[in-house]
Amino acid sequence: MAECHPVGFQWVMEAKARGATIVHVDPRFTRTSALADVHVPLRAGSDIAFLGGLINHVLRTGAYFRDYVVAYTNAPVILCEDFRDTEDLDGVFSGLDAAEGTYDKSSWQYAGMDVQAASGERDQQYHRRVSEAAGGETHGSGGPALGGKEPELDETLTHPRCVFQVLKRHYARYTPERVEEICGVPKELFQQVCELVTAHSGRERTTAFAYAVGWTQHTVGVQYIRAASVLQSLLGNIGRPGGGILALRGHASIQGSTDIPTLFNLLPGYIPMPHAHKQQDLDAFVRGEAPERGYWGNMRSYVVSLLKAYWGEAATLGNDFCFDHLPRLTGSHSTYETVRAQLDGVCRGYFLLGENPAVGSANAKMQRLGMAALDWLVVRDFSLIESATWWRDGPEIESGELRTEDIGTEVFFLPAAAHTEKDGSFTNTQRMLQWHHQAVDPPGDARSDLWFTYHLGLRIRARLAGSTDPMDRPVTDLTWDYPTHGRYAEPSAEAVLAEINGTDATGAPLSSYEQLADDGSTSCGCWIYCGVRADGVNQAARRRPGQEQSWVAPEWGWAWPANRRVLYNRASADPEGRPWSARKALVWWDADSGRWTGHDVPDFAAGKAPGHRPPRDATGPDALSGTDAFIMQADGRAWLYAPAGLTDGPLPTHYEPQESPFTNPLHGRQRNPVRHLLPPHPDDRYHPSGTEPGAGVFPYVATTYRLTEHHTAGGMSRWQPYLAELQPEFFCEVSPELAAERNLRHTGWATIVAARGVIEARVLITDRMAPLTVQGRVLHQVGLPYHWGPNGYSVGDAANELTHLVLDPNTHIQEAKAITCDIVPGRRPRGPAAVELVRSYRRRAGIDAGTGREV
Amino acid sequence: MGVRTWITSWPVYRQLTGEDPLGRGAAAKSPHSDRLTARVDTADEVVKSVCPYCAVGCGQNVYVQDGRVTQIEGDPDSPVSRGRLCPKGSASLQLTTGPAREQQVLYRRPYGTEWERLDLDTAMDMIADRTVAARRSGWQWEVDGVRTRRTLGVASLGGATLDNEENYLIKKLFTALGAVQVENQARV
Repeated sequence: MAECHPVGFQWVMEAKARGATIVHVDPRFTRTSALADVHVPLRAGSDIAFLGGLINHVLRTGAYFRDYVVAYTNAPVILCEDFRDTEDLDGVFSGLDAAEGTYDKSSWQYAGMDVQAASGERDQQYHRRVSEAAGGETHGSGGPALGGKEPELDETLTHPRCVFQVLKRHYARYTPERVEEICGVPKELFQQVCELVTAHSGRERTTAFAYAVGWTQHTVGVQYIRAASVLQSLLGNIGRPGGGILALRGHASIQGSTDIPTLFNLLPGYIPMPHAHKQQDLDAFVRGEAPERGYWGNMRSYVVSLLKAYWGEAATLGNDFCFDHLPRLTGSHSTYETVRAQLDGVCRGYFLLGENPAVGSANAKMQRLGMAALDWLVVRDFSLIESATWWRDGPEIESGELRTEDIGTEVFFLPAAAHTEKDGSFTNTQRMLQWHHQAVDPPGDARSDLWFTYHLGLRIRARLAGSTDPMDRPVTDLTWDYPTHGRYAEPSAEAVLAEINGTDATGAPLSSYEQLADDGSTSCGCWIYCGVRADGVNQAARRRPGQEQSWVAPEWGWAWPANRRVLYNRASADPEGRPWSARKALVWWDADSGRWTGHDVPDFAAGKAPGHRPPRDATGPDALSGTDAFIMQADGRAWLYAPAGLTDGPLPTHYEPQESPFTNPLHGRQRNPVRHLLPPHPDDRYHPSGTEPGAGVFPYVATTYRLTEHHTAGGMSRWQPYLAELQPEFFCEVSPELAAERNLRHTGWATIVAARGVIEARVLITDRMAPLTVQGRVLHQVGLPYHWGPNGYSVGDAANELTHLVLDPNTHIQEAKAITCDIVPGRRPRGPAAVELVRSYRRRAGIDAGTGREV
Repeated sequence: MGVRTWITSWPVYRQLTGEDPLGRGAAAKSPHSDRLTARVDTADEVVKSVCPYCAVGCGQNVYVQDGRVTQIEGDPDSPVSRGRLCPKGSASLQLTTGPAREQQVLYRRPYGTEWERLDLDTAMDMIADRTVAARRSGWQWEVDGVRTRRTLGVASLGGATLDNEENYLIKKLFTALGAVQVENQARV
């Protein structure tokens, strides 16, 4: 955090100054470790074992926050009799289809009911939910008994099939000895962490976890976060001040581009993109995707309001509000599938809008080969990044694999406007929108992406105007008329924000998502952002100085939803609505006024009393009781066990990374059995692991990361002289022991090889990369900052030449944080010899199309 | 210059007699440095902004003079950052005004070996033509007998460095075009 979010880290230092203890868990010793009380180096790719060990400690010693756990988590819920755990089935959960590499999740459900998830892969329940509902209608019963049903509970937490007991059995083998064996963390050090975390949790104290892509970029990335969720929920650290699990995101609006997603699987506000189903209309879609209870129970209002924002007058009750205008998914269409679609000739045109996949995405070679197969490519950026110039100077040109004269891709480079040259909002890592104002016009041909998208849309609509082809109706029906200003006819960002915020039937701005209706009378481009322009005022532009406000600073910017700064903060009070302790008060029930109140905006219906119990037939938010703190969840509870929404299991389980020098000592499954594998490709081969023949050819673990002085794939930092001077070129970090083993010289060159590619880096020999003892063997890890490519002032090879395309099955994110590699002294070969070196490694390791692809 | 002026202008004298005994302020100033003013002092306008790098969201003050950005500094009012910026945020002025920024549209024709110049308007028309054509070429009314109403002919990547309003328009336009391959850095 001190490296990559240095200014945010000042608050960690403030906490430390007030007595907080800082623990840093990372394979490397970094600037964060230097300022922490305890640094815990661990093997990259072993965090579930580490967190599982903590969960086991909490359960075994009784350190969990029992009152919180019983009231606010699903620990008391009884599970379906058919559920079998990884502990029963040697590393897989019940329902595995080994031929398909997928799970049938029906046996993971609560006993006697079918609960839907608040996020994740909700479509996996579509068939069961829609066909059962249709069956209900056929029988004239008015629908299935899905809604209004309470899960069966055992508040003594002793029923053998209650979540709490399942959890206990699942983690019983995650002992300190196992943690040491898997993670390379000595027992005593692990014990110290256990004691710190439990001593600083409970009524009087809270512990927070902060993570970044070191947790997400794995074939079990979502389960890493889930493991932290389980631990934090057990300790009562969610929804409370100083608690939580904080995702430290790496781009100015990466949170915003997830909320208002430029992502294939989502519509604005985490509404799922529809998957293709027979006879799917709006009702079937909502029935398939939305839970009956909680705020997702109002999904129809959110969807209809979005469709009204998109298609305006054209969206009517009579035409299902243009629901059929939405394109449908068939499986994953992630950026990595897009690369395959480019290679297959299906995807012909590609827009790159401030992203540099030629060096910044996993398996960079695949990215470039995909672009070389396109008809045309549009690159919008500040400078000539590698994704704009690969056709003349990319690694494949140098190696002779591609010839510039043979590449048919037409390339348009359009310069982009900077943040100082346009109005707009960023959503920061704590969900807070902040408006930035235009200071000057962009230079030359540079334009904002708002300008580009709006004017491209105008041109496309002009070309399709008058078309009677039903294919074109969604384009011709689209509301696409924004006021413009200035000499470049820049569209008004404020007008777009107004559409995102939403309006009522009279066109007046809405102030809360509670106002959204499912009858077409409201329009709202992103329901969770509803209220950002309450009263017609740009709330994101509020800048009341921090020193003039309370510690919550609610009048600086605007946080979704409803300007709440801590999600699920109802859980900061006990079931009766009193703060768990005076020093950890955040919101509480004020019986005199009959309302929730406190330092933060309560994340709860303002007038719903703690003692409120809903009528049995209530649905949506009305079905939540006064103690259902987790209001987005169908059962109002934090999920220790996830009965739905995940593709790879209801409980986090340790699997080895796709590539690992070690075998999984816990059970018979080496890798996540349902990890996302793309069809085999000759340029995306995987290494053998553990005791598989050839694994020794790649004996080291490599992990990628960022530095303070550079930004992601370098498009915004390698061209800045100050930053280039601070970090002038690519390097790798190795321990003195590894340097001795491989004859590497400090500041000399090293060549690093994987089955995907070969790179060279300057060598930085440092004690910061301490060797670990794992399963009785010494493990060396190689650190690879990933900012580089050949363009700009600060240059070097891209670490992503080494990474592969095996993905997390939930998020389709690549495993860049733990691969295996070899490292040898000296510079890498040039020209065709570089390709031949990689081939020779594949031959030595016996790698073919099937290596590492077992279920 | 008289002797008295000479003596009183001597930094050590001012350090010993003035209010700056450590010599870190007024006492250390020469006539030259005394005449210097900060860029921000003469700015015509201070525009409130947000750092464009990571997601902490540090406040920035953008100083504008004669229609140009002359300096970017941390905003002390921000409860997020309290006026601080990291090395990247401090390099925002180079990012936004440095010579490395391309200011013209560049075009590489199929099988071409060099960049060519292209008028922005022409480029926009060419891109619109190609988008319409690629959309049509990759159109799928259905897949395996199930309605999909989409195209796989065009794709986009990027958004995490852009504004919410920009992401909104991108998703809206591409969804209306039937494109499903819309992605950004949140995936990587």
